[in-house]
Amino acid sequence: MLENLGGQIFNGLVSGAFYAMLSLGLAIIFGLLRIVNFAHGTMYMLGAFAAYFGAQSFGLNFWAALIVSPIVVAIIGMVIERLLLSRLYKLDVLYNLLLTFGITLFLEDAMRLKFGMQGSPYVIPDQLTGIVNLGFLIYPTYRIFVIAASLIICIGTWLVIEKTSLGATLRAATENPALVRAFGINVPVLITGVFGFGCALAAFAGVLAAPTTNVAPLMGDDIIIPTFAVVVIGGMGSILGSIVTGFLVGVVVAMGAVFYPPISSTLTYILMAVVLLIRPAGLFGSAEGLR
Amino acid sequence: MKFARLLPLAAVCALLAPMASPPAPAGAAGNDQVVVANIGDMSGVYSALDGAGAVLADQMAIDDFGGKVLGKPIKLVSFDHRNDPGLANQETTEAIDRDHATLLLDYTNSATALAGAGVAKEKHVIQIVTGGGTDALTNDPKYCNPYTYHYGYDVYALAHGTAATLTKQGGKKWYTITANYAFGHALYNDVKAAVEANGGKVLGNDDVPLGTSDFSTYLLKAKSSGADVLGLDNAGNDTVNAMKQINEFGMKKNMKIGVMLLFESDVHALGPDYWAGSTVTIGGYWDLDAKSRAFAARFAAKNHGNPPTWSQFANYSAVTTYLEAVKRAGTTDPLAVEKQLVGYHFSDAFARNAYIRPQDHLLIHDMYLAQVLPASEVKQPWAYFKILKVIPGAEAYRPLSEVKCHLGS
Repeated sequence: MLENLGGQIFNGLVSGAFYAMLSLGLAIIFGLLRIVNFAHGTMYMLGAFAAYFGAQSFGLNFWAALIVSPIVVAIIGMVIERLLLSRLYKLDVLYNLLLTFGITLFLEDAMRLKFGMQGSPYVIPDQLTGIVNLGFLIYPTYRIFVIAASLIICIGTWLVIEKTSLGATLRAATENPALVRAFGINVPVLITGVFGFGCALAAFAGVLAAPTTNVAPLMGDDIIIPTFAVVVIGGMGSILGSIVTGFLVGVVVAMGAVFYPPISSTLTYILMAVVLLIRPAGLFGSAEGLR
Repeated sequence: MKFARLLPLAAVCALLAPMASPPAPAGAAGNDQVVVANIGDMSGVYSALDGAGAVLADQMAIDDFGGKVLGKPIKLVSFDHRNDPGLANQETTEAIDRDHATLLLDYTNSATALAGAGVAKEKHVIQIVTGGGTDALTNDPKYCNPYTYHYGYDVYALAHGTAATLTKQGGKKWYTITANYAFGHALYNDVKAAVEANGGKVLGNDDVPLGTSDFSTYLLKAKSSGADVLGLDNAGNDTVNAMKQINEFGMKKNMKIGVMLLFESDVHALGPDYWAGSTVTIGGYWDLDAKSRAFAARFAAKNHGNPPTWSQFANYSAVTTYLEAVKRAGTTDPLAVEKQLVGYHFSDAFARNAYIRPQDHLLIHDMYLAQVLPASEVKQPWAYFKILKVIPGAEAYRPLSEVKCHLGS
């Protein structure tokens, strides 16, 4: 029973790992750019498809895909930001949300035309197949890798934003762009870069997901909605909040599934409703984040 | 508080997300044409096995028939039910009232099939369910009615084909993962009955939401239950995700996997090696013989080179069967057509040794016990199955003595 419960907690951490990476990207984009990026799930899907397409067409292996896919998707994201999103910054945030929603529909249908609905095969890399014995738990190697990779990426991102001068510049640029520009820093380039980075995070998660879930055009739809819930629970725009909440929600949902499976997918929203009632700014948010 | 306004909008967007396909354009149909309405999953979890391919199959059936019946042109309209029974109900009503459809077809997703059956019964329009699997359509007096037909397969045939075979082969202890809606529940009941009838036992079951992408929790529960067989009472993308993770957890070493419903598109999504060796029950197969291959070749030419899934193939057969009955009846009046539909024996490219049973409107036809081939033995694209045995219709489907519906009596 103990091993079983341990296994279930690990299962929760794995789904939490995906929530954390995705909500982190959303939180950075929202926190620094005030864009509610509905196309984030699509970037995740594109990351997985880039890995699949790379493997099929260029023999790109999983490890290379972990680097190449995020770069490709970041470029797509930056093009979208430059060409489309940047024109809407002066308007209400609602316009950005609608635009990114439209981009989602467009890209999903484009992928459907190209690859079909049924999904495309992608396997676990040879080095990570099999099962590992942790002493207290026997668990698939690949899933442990997912948790570790997610933790490294999330903590690394948090450190860059909170502890480095680049992070300080980024935060300053969102607080007072005019002042930062006066220091000779090119703010629009900074914004484009941040959007690209957020998309790259989603794509990285997409590559990690490719060996464990069906690589299909609608895969982003399944995860983007709980991810928005995670961002709300953590506190809009809170970097640390989105990471911790991502893992927390993953574990809560997995535990729910152990005891009463039909409720598992609803638990996220119950949690969101409770948190919003008690702490409207989210677990880690400040009233500032709500503005 | 900008965000307070944002949340509801985000929620609306989320709800709208699966609605990518536009509804069918309104047709100025009246009695001057015969209208077939395809109400299927065009964009969701079942759209790969159903979707645009099913609509293509319908259209091919109409074209092969000459595009006309009783001297009137045949028109096809298509709806996306998005796996929502409420929407299926509304669309069925729309197909009847606005488009004057005389055939309601497809209903992949049992919950939508049952919703459609209610409307068909009330409005007296023929409904042929090809995609939905629930046997309530023909075995539950609450749903069976003179206007509803079930065509291609049902959960009884799946359970008595696959689950009974695996239990007889020694898999006595089962754990099942069930899609938590009408189809999964009906399938689970029949699987349980088939397992128990053959001396086995179901140790545990989890009802899992439709569209689950992470099955790991249930897989671990199944693994620690001590069962020999893990039964998957789900379909489409759910089955694909579950199988991918079963492989990851290395579960095939100690357990047999009972895949209750499998289509070519599911095998294609992961590649055949993930499924190789699985015994499944199918209602038809494009690579069965020259007759089925001839249709598949024509279909593939219009479908990016892919042959039909056996569910899409059933649509072709169902539309043809209906049009022929209309022709024999000389009218589209549903009860006159019923007289021509039931009891009429035929064999077409999809359905062999087939007839519609008058008492419950279930298509009785040959089913096939098949095995998924490993990639090394797949000789051409989508030729994933090896037929182990033909199950004659009389054995495959629920015997008349156990049927709870008695139409026309």
